Amino acid sequence: MSSKEHPKLPIYLDHAATTPCDPRVVEDMLPYFTEKFGNPGSRNHSFGWAAEDGVTTARQQVASLIGADAKEIIFTSGSTESNNLAIKGAANMYAKNPAGSKHRGHIISVIHEHKAVLDPCKRLEKEGFDVTLLEPPADGVVTRELIESALRADTILVTVMWANNEIGTINEIPEIGDLCHSKGIIFHTDATQWVGKMPTNVKTDNVDLLSLSGHKIYGPKGVGALYVRRRRPRVRLIALQEGGGQERGFRSGTLNVSGIVGLGKACELCQQEMDTDCQRLATLRDKLESTLTNALDVVQINGHRDKRLAHLTNISFGFVEGESLMMALKEIAMSSGSACTSASLEPSYVLKALGVGDDLAHSSLRISMGRWTTQAEIDYAGEKIIEAVTKLRELSPLFDMHNEGIDITKIEWAAH
Amino acid sequence: MGGPLSPAEERYTMAYSEKVIEHYEKPRNVGTFGTQKEIKERADIGVGLVGAPECGDVMQLQIKVNDDTGLIEDAKFKCFGCGSAIASSSLATEWLKGRTLDEGMEIKNTEIVEELSLPPVKIHCSVLAEDAIKSAIADYKQKNT
Repeated sequence: MSSKEHPKLPIYLDHAATTPCDPRVVEDMLPYFTEKFGNPGSRNHSFGWAAEDGVTTARQQVASLIGADAKEIIFTSGSTESNNLAIKGAANMYAKNPAGSKHRGHIISVIHEHKAVLDPCKRLEKEGFDVTLLEPPADGVVTRELIESALRADTILVTVMWANNEIGTINEIPEIGDLCHSKGIIFHTDATQWVGKMPTNVKTDNVDLLSLSGHKIYGPKGVGALYVRRRRPRVRLIALQEGGGQERGFRSGTLNVSGIVGLGKACELCQQEMDTDCQRLATLRDKLESTLTNALDVVQINGHRDKRLAHLTNISFGFVEGESLMMALKEIAMSSGSACTSASLEPSYVLKALGVGDDLAHSSLRISMGRWTTQAEIDYAGEKIIEAVTKLRELSPLFDMHNEGIDITKIEWAAH
Repeated sequence: MGGPLSPAEERYTMAYSEKVIEHYEKPRNVGTFGTQKEIKERADIGVGLVGAPECGDVMQLQIKVNDDTGLIEDAKFKCFGCGSAIASSSLATEWLKGRTLDEGMEIKNTEIVEELSLPPVKIHCSVLAEDAIKSAIADYKQKNT
């Protein structure tokens, strides 16, 4: 077999958006749709017990992956819900003033967080909390010092993602957690992109609240978890969803048993395979980046070069626009920071936050690999990207100007 | 081909009509009549450069006008932008060739929208193409007054 063998198309390189379910996960889930269909809340018959056993195992599997106690895991519908519950639940619990008043407490986050963190923060701001959204440095890494610079006497909550979804940069979570603990501030991290990819220990990493999602780690969609620390400090939350009092009252609603079982199995598999996956994908990623940077000029890799996830790269190709690039690469599924794909006409707010010029932010691709990504797929993707960028640069007036030595940032463009 | 389209395929073809894809894959009249500096000094060439890199669209349209007949003899474009922007400017060069300047001025963005079946989110691409046409013609006129 030649290494140039054509891989099966289309190729999926958008694992930061979602991952396929591992067949081993699906296999474990299936009985919970049919014979083990019981409600884990049914305490007085074997159908309920079988379902509860499945949930108990899953709770241990999730806890084990992040170094938590099983009692500290609350099942949710995914990271968006986990983030909402953590942020609104903690803010309302630790508020300095009652609802309806002002100055209810200070919350710190960062502008390149996911919308599922930013929007709950903005909601709280309308409800009387003060919110500081910090600007990250150009490498995208949020440090302890950055958070420390924004602390106030009335700060009650800090929420910082563990790894960024667009550029994969890894923030100083243990250090920020340590800072928060020293000041008695609750610390939440959205670890959706991090958990299952990198070793996690909520105890030694000083995390109080941690959000994770099933479908980013080869589990099913519609299920996730929130870790809620029970010791030093014991974190309390005001529930968002009320009803049957499931999940120790933190999250009412009949449990999504099959989904939870799948999430548990997905966590177990990640724990076993994380090291080999991570090393293999880092090698593929590095090879892809060097192929692209060797073949093309004015290519920029966005975010810190070392402090980032192994399976993800975000690259800007100067003088070509992201959507037309994706159009040339329609056999390869990726994300673009370009305006048009996101329906708004703004380029990626994450890249903007890093100070990436608007022209380069429009020209970015996020390529994220996964458990079944092969060398052949990455070689093919690299080849096709080079072809497409070369073709589009032949069409690009900006590339001509660049070649003629004209600085396009100095031209007075008529914005429209 | 053949068979009903899946919703995903339909979405894809809604965003990119067959004509847009065709122009994108085989753009007409790509190029320039010289470097930026050379073009500036040529009285028979009008240049329209519209859009902005930060908006994700820049179109450069150049027309070559025959002084005797007053007809647009040739047109070339380059475009930084999405597939619809590339298709709009490619189409504009096709339509301009053989027209008088006045006829060129009559090209409306709505005609481009119709010809390429552009969806609402892509209408700005056609507006930009109309701007590029007008600005290239204005440039030629300014050079020749």
